[in-house]
Amino acid sequence: MQMTRRAGRRAAVVPVVLGAAMVLAACGDGGGEETSAASCTNTIMVEDVPVVTVWAWYPAMEQVVDYFNENNDDVQACWTNAGQGGDAYQAFSTALEAGSGAPDVMMIEAEFLGQYTIREALVDLAPYGAAELEGEYTEGAWADVTEAEAVYAIPVDGGPMGLLYRQDIFDEYGVAVPTTWEEFATAAQQLKDAGYDGYITNFAPNWWAFVQAMAAQLGWQPFTYDSASTEIGIDIATPEAIQVLSYWEDLVDRDLVATDEAFTADYNASLVDGTYASYVAAAWGPGYLEGLSDADADAVWRAAPLPQWEGQEPRDVNIGGSTFAVSEQAENPELAARVAMDLFGTEEAWRIGIEEAALFPLWTPVLESDYFADLEYPFFDGQQINKDVFLDAAAGYEGFTTPPFLTYVYDQGTEQLTALVEGQVDAEQALTNLEQDVGAYAESQAFTVTE
Amino acid sequence: MTTTSTTAGAERATSSPHRTRSGRIERNRQRWGWFFLTPFALIFLVLLVVPLGYAFWMSLHTSTLAAGESFTGLANYERAFTDPLFLGGLTRVGAFVAVMVPIQLGVALAAALVLDTLATRLSRFSRLMIFVPYAVPGMIGALMWGFLYSPRFGPATDLFGLVGATAPDFLAPGTVFGSLVNIVTWQWSGYYMIIIYAALRGIDPSLYEAARIDGASGRQIALRIKVPMISAALVMVVVFALIGTLQFFTEPSILSNVAAGAIPVHYTPNLYAYGLAFSYQQFNYASTISFALGVIVFAFSYLFLFITRKRSGLNS
Repeated sequence: MQMTRRAGRRAAVVPVVLGAAMVLAACGDGGGEETSAASCTNTIMVEDVPVVTVWAWYPAMEQVVDYFNENNDDVQACWTNAGQGGDAYQAFSTALEAGSGAPDVMMIEAEFLGQYTIREALVDLAPYGAAELEGEYTEGAWADVTEAEAVYAIPVDGGPMGLLYRQDIFDEYGVAVPTTWEEFATAAQQLKDAGYDGYITNFAPNWWAFVQAMAAQLGWQPFTYDSASTEIGIDIATPEAIQVLSYWEDLVDRDLVATDEAFTADYNASLVDGTYASYVAAAWGPGYLEGLSDADADAVWRAAPLPQWEGQEPRDVNIGGSTFAVSEQAENPELAARVAMDLFGTEEAWRIGIEEAALFPLWTPVLESDYFADLEYPFFDGQQINKDVFLDAAAGYEGFTTPPFLTYVYDQGTEQLTALVEGQVDAEQALTNLEQDVGAYAESQAFTVTE
Repeated sequence: MTTTSTTAGAERATSSPHRTRSGRIERNRQRWGWFFLTPFALIFLVLLVVPLGYAFWMSLHTSTLAAGESFTGLANYERAFTDPLFLGGLTRVGAFVAVMVPIQLGVALAAALVLDTLATRLSRFSRLMIFVPYAVPGMIGALMWGFLYSPRFGPATDLFGLVGATAPDFLAPGTVFGSLVNIVTWQWSGYYMIIIYAALRGIDPSLYEAARIDGASGRQIALRIKVPMISAALVMVVVFALIGTLQFFTEPSILSNVAAGAIPVHYTPNLYAYGLAFSYQQFNYASTISFALGVIVFAFSYLFLFITRKRSGLNS
């Protein structure tokens, strides 16, 4: 009796061991495999050739990747949308820290390149033919992706700024479209006095990049930095910045602008239903507007040049704009560089990018073409918004230096702007606080802070 | 026959090591026990102990953008415990504990007592309905409440408009505290209620009869008899609520997408650790904050259990 009981117990061991073995085998499988074709959003068209992984969140990206795959026999692109903006950067940064899992080609907005070059996470593309591309991009765009002789990314699209406004609202209340910021404030008051229920525009407390662009319009250059040295210049609370932020603070205090947080569902609804009469936007703004649902069917949108300051030298500014960079985890940097250069390096790809995704090209063969200048945008009832507004804005953009911890600056900016719209600080105090916070952070990251 | 002799044998084995035969059976049994524990132990080691050890090791290093990584011992902990953002976050979760735990406990206790007294079909339905919010995943609940709080998509504007008032902004810096308390209470009161209710069901009803004979009213029975008898369950509920609230993360994280100004990255210590790691790539300091928070949570839980040791039923 005891013998059989012990044998029965031994028999029970086998399924337990098998079960454990199966679990461990399943766990151990994920590590060494290459990205299989099954994990791409697009379809690989040519088998048995090297595959380059790409993370990007452009609208209509699949069509661009398909066009590339159809026209290249020796390499295929495998694209995934790893999230928009901050979400994608979090995934990318974590994969870099972990040592594996990063894509070969990564879409990075130009202002965030510094965060990656300082970690030496991006491959210098100059030896792979990128240095010859300097003439194919605008001066400002090229300045944002290069440091000395090294080219860390290929520019894709830009965000030169203009004013998108609701012609029908301005007409209904008999207010002229402003061409200067002084006129803008007057128009805001006129709209309100004439009985308009909404606001001339929204001043978002969570969009510090907007304030940066507005201040850059007066020549503000808060950061001096290059990744070769450990010195960083931080000069945020300058008279230009104070003037610009005080201007917006005044509009907020007089209840002439809304203070909703940008890029939320509420904000999107307000953009399209007439709560905001205008949208101080970058060239990706029209694409953003077009993508929102429940738009007012009677809305008449037009584009106009960005208001300038009276008596000041007019300046063009930029928000956003993205690039393709090659990560240091790429197995074949040369092929990855080729994909980065060629994905948006053809006219057909740009035709898709412009017409399906409303991107603004920085590639001069398309940027300077008649096709692009004369393009009529149905969303604006046929207005040639590039010729009217964005081409000049892009040509004048000279670049903007950002520190390698821009996310931190943006988060601190959000905190200060929130305090500003709540009335807890004034413009000068907000900028001084920001300068102190950012300076302290830079020092904690072992930088030497200069003025 | 075998069982009694083995137990007796085990006792004798512990007291005198000379009874090897019974000791061997006991050791065999123990070996089987350890063998069956191996799968769990492996997972526990690999997924809990090793990452904790690695995170602790990371917290002993400092990595800066300009100077790279170096071993700095406990300097990070010194920095964490003097960091105004970390301490501010701790104060804030402390405030959450002081407000949320009594409210959740009160709601759960009241609901459980009432449902224990009633035995109708409505009470069964109510029990389910109060519990249902817990079945909603925390993230979904927070997303949903984010929309409910929105001036455009939520009902508040219409409801307040019915009486001619304007709805308050639920996601402003001054009101987001109360908004978060509301979400968590909605979600967790049902769970605590079920625990308390189960404990109440375990009380011998003859006690109530005896109390009624002695002339106790319903309220006196509830407060003087039921509550003291379920004090162990109450202590458990408070410990859960304490630990969960000190680690507050999900709801502020989801709501910060619609209220970035009201909920900065350092709103709670857990949120701060997350932001440090994934937004600012300060993995070492983030590990430090996590461990520092863990130490605080452990200290508070231990202190609370120590204070309530007579009531908690853990020392018997």
